[in-house]
Amino acid sequence: MFGRPLLRFVRKDTHINFMRGRYMGLIVSAVLSIASLVLFFHPGLTLGLDFRGGIVVEAQTPGPADFAKIRAALAEHGVQHASFQSFGAANDVLIRLDAGSEQDTQAIVDKVRHTVAEALPGTTILRADAVGASVSAELFRNGMLALALSLAMILGYIWFRFEWEFALSAVITLVLDLTKTVGFLVLTGFEFDLVMVAAILTILGYSTNDKVVVYDRVRENLRKYRTMPLIDLINLSINETLNRTLGTSSTVFLASLPLALWGGATLSGFAWTMLFGIVVGTSSSIFIAAPLLLFMGEGRLKRGAKSGKTATSST
Amino acid sequence: MYYSRLKLASVLGVCLLGLLLCLPNGMRKPLPSIPWRQIHLGLDLRGGSYLLMQVDLQSLTHDRLQTLSENTRDALLDAHLGYQNITVDAAKATISFMPRMASETDADIAALNALPRAVPNEFSVSRREDGSIALVLAPESIRVRAREAVTQSIEIVRRRIDGTGAVDPEITRQGDDRIVVELPGISDPDRIKALLGTTAKMSFHLVDANPLHATYPPQGVSLLQMADPAEGGALPVFDHVDVDGSDLTNAGAVIDQQSGKWAVSFSFDSIGTHAFAAVTQTNVGKRFAIVLDNKIIEAPVIMSPITGGNGQITGGFDAQKATDLALMLRAGALPAPLSVIEQRSIGPSLGADSIRAGMISLGVGFVMVVVFMVLFYGRFGWYADLALLANLVLMVAILSLFEATLTLPGMAGMLLTLGMAVDANILINERIREEIARGRTPLAAMQTGFEKATSTIIDSNATALLAHVMLFVFGTGPVRGFALTITIGIVTTLFTTLLLSRMLMARWYARTRPTSLPV
Repeated sequence: MFGRPLLRFVRKDTHINFMRGRYMGLIVSAVLSIASLVLFFHPGLTLGLDFRGGIVVEAQTPGPADFAKIRAALAEHGVQHASFQSFGAANDVLIRLDAGSEQDTQAIVDKVRHTVAEALPGTTILRADAVGASVSAELFRNGMLALALSLAMILGYIWFRFEWEFALSAVITLVLDLTKTVGFLVLTGFEFDLVMVAAILTILGYSTNDKVVVYDRVRENLRKYRTMPLIDLINLSINETLNRTLGTSSTVFLASLPLALWGGATLSGFAWTMLFGIVVGTSSSIFIAAPLLLFMGEGRLKRGAKSGKTATSST
Repeated sequence: MYYSRLKLASVLGVCLLGLLLCLPNGMRKPLPSIPWRQIHLGLDLRGGSYLLMQVDLQSLTHDRLQTLSENTRDALLDAHLGYQNITVDAAKATISFMPRMASETDADIAALNALPRAVPNEFSVSRREDGSIALVLAPESIRVRAREAVTQSIEIVRRRIDGTGAVDPEITRQGDDRIVVELPGISDPDRIKALLGTTAKMSFHLVDANPLHATYPPQGVSLLQMADPAEGGALPVFDHVDVDGSDLTNAGAVIDQQSGKWAVSFSFDSIGTHAFAAVTQTNVGKRFAIVLDNKIIEAPVIMSPITGGNGQITGGFDAQKATDLALMLRAGALPAPLSVIEQRSIGPSLGADSIRAGMISLGVGFVMVVVFMVLFYGRFGWYADLALLANLVLMVAILSLFEATLTLPGMAGMLLTLGMAVDANILINERIREEIARGRTPLAAMQTGFEKATSTIIDSNATALLAHVMLFVFGTGPVRGFALTITIGIVTTLFTTLLLSRMLMARWYARTRPTSLPV
């Protein structure tokens, strides 16, 4: 059964002239990235508990959550400025407080937990988190460090395996991908926390992977066709790898989709961001990374016989 | 393309071993003697509490400076050198004083430099511009002290938590001055926080009976508050420790025979018994203060010498307080106060929901990828799916072998690995298609396909590996779980695609010798 493939994305003799859209692609990408940067500064990212510090308590009340009653009970115990939000079902409530001093933050979370449980008997506390200001600053620093180091290491790796034109155009593309993801986070209001950093790093990994496959083919064709103009050569390489590009992005997309739909509050933001990143990362391989390589590599990229720098395992 | 029997057997052997290693998950250990390694569920899936605690460096520094300042006084007295205004500044890690005469400065510095150091280069002594002499603790020595304090604290924290009957607590060091406490199943960590937030340093001091000293305590006497404000105001207590709480051998919560109230009874070891007997023999009729963390629990009058080495504290406790104090006295005092700087607790119902959500996503995602591969790649898609199943099995096996902790983001990592894993098969299959289109024979097409795809597969996986190793190094908690599963996933992916699925394809070719390939 199903011995032969039933479906295929594009026919084997496909020759789409992607490079004709090279200026369009770069302009659209630049506009989107600039818009994202604007969004990043205003209104800015919604920082999650990891990075902002403070208190989050999730509770399930026996009836529909009565915010006014909880607010009054908390005020009675000296806890003010709490914000309330419902999530999921009507009887779920999410209570947030900003970070005060370290000791206060830890003492208040206990107070909130007890007060809510007392005010509305039968309440289950689903989750109670308190992150002190110094810890959140540290987590943020580590998150950013992980992002920056990953980019640097990816740059280094591609440089080592290919030539600098490849490495630089890949990293510029990744930075553009990254800014768009930030814009997506601002627009959707998903909280930016450690799990989101994980999502972004995964997107970076995936996106690089996608570019490496196209670049790999460009390198191979550079050796094979010594006189073909670079623009045609890149076009050919994209077309040759198109089935693979679409295939892999589909499987990663399919794998992430259930998480977005059923992953629950913790993971759905993560998964939607992943889905966005897959679309952005796949399209940027074709419309951004390839044109950049064309602009940077025209007349420069080595042709013909293997050079010492371009390693390969072909035997 | 040729696979020897040995190679075939070893690849299948690894897969079988993987299957075997997966078995312990979800099963009870049948015999105590066989090794039984399971994946641990993270707190986010199991419910429980995570506490990140920090050792109070300031207090550690202060304690050390206090001792050093006493040593300084003794050393200066021994050398017949005078001093004025000896002050301890914990924030600057400094002791400073004015010499009696400027001409004695060098002698003072020499005397201080001769003080015993706990670690080499623990402190430096210098003359300051205003003529005073300063002893400054080196930052490195404070770090060493913090590391030692964390090591000691971990032991004491473990004893205290074990005393509460908590199941499987995990206590680990983080950095120089932090301790992570993970408490599965405890979603209300209040009691543990209170237990760990108390240093429980107990000592016995004589009370200064001079009524004047209650307002103006001289050097060597401190005014200490009562733990229970209802018991009265502060009492002047001699700083000298007559008996130390570390000389206790046992403590327990009891009901006091006379008052019927909760009390803590304790017994001393031989040193403590001796010291206690000596003090009580010579000071009958005087008040003796029991001090816990710089507060007086009670200060009874010594009625008669106590030589048996047993005693009792009645400090207006309820059952819980008496039990916890006894527990802390048994476990020993913390070298410095610990404060909670991050706390996360998850109720059991949320954890169960997360497991369900993760399992459903994993199942649905797996099936969708499997179906995709069959629709797009036919027979070779089936082989890729077999390899995918083996990949999942091997991932679970390695996680079990490491007794790794599975978190919700970790499950997401597994799912993403499944999505990315078939990339290698897609690369190979597409390559074979191209080679066929170029008019190659099936055998040549498969051979070239494998060869040319391999370098691409290694390149693309290496970059993903780099990103996730960074995440593992800099991430914390559940995010580390994500990075770990993806990192393991990349390794298993390379194995299952470069060896297993390739072998399945090669074996199929060798068996059937087809004239055309199903691509």
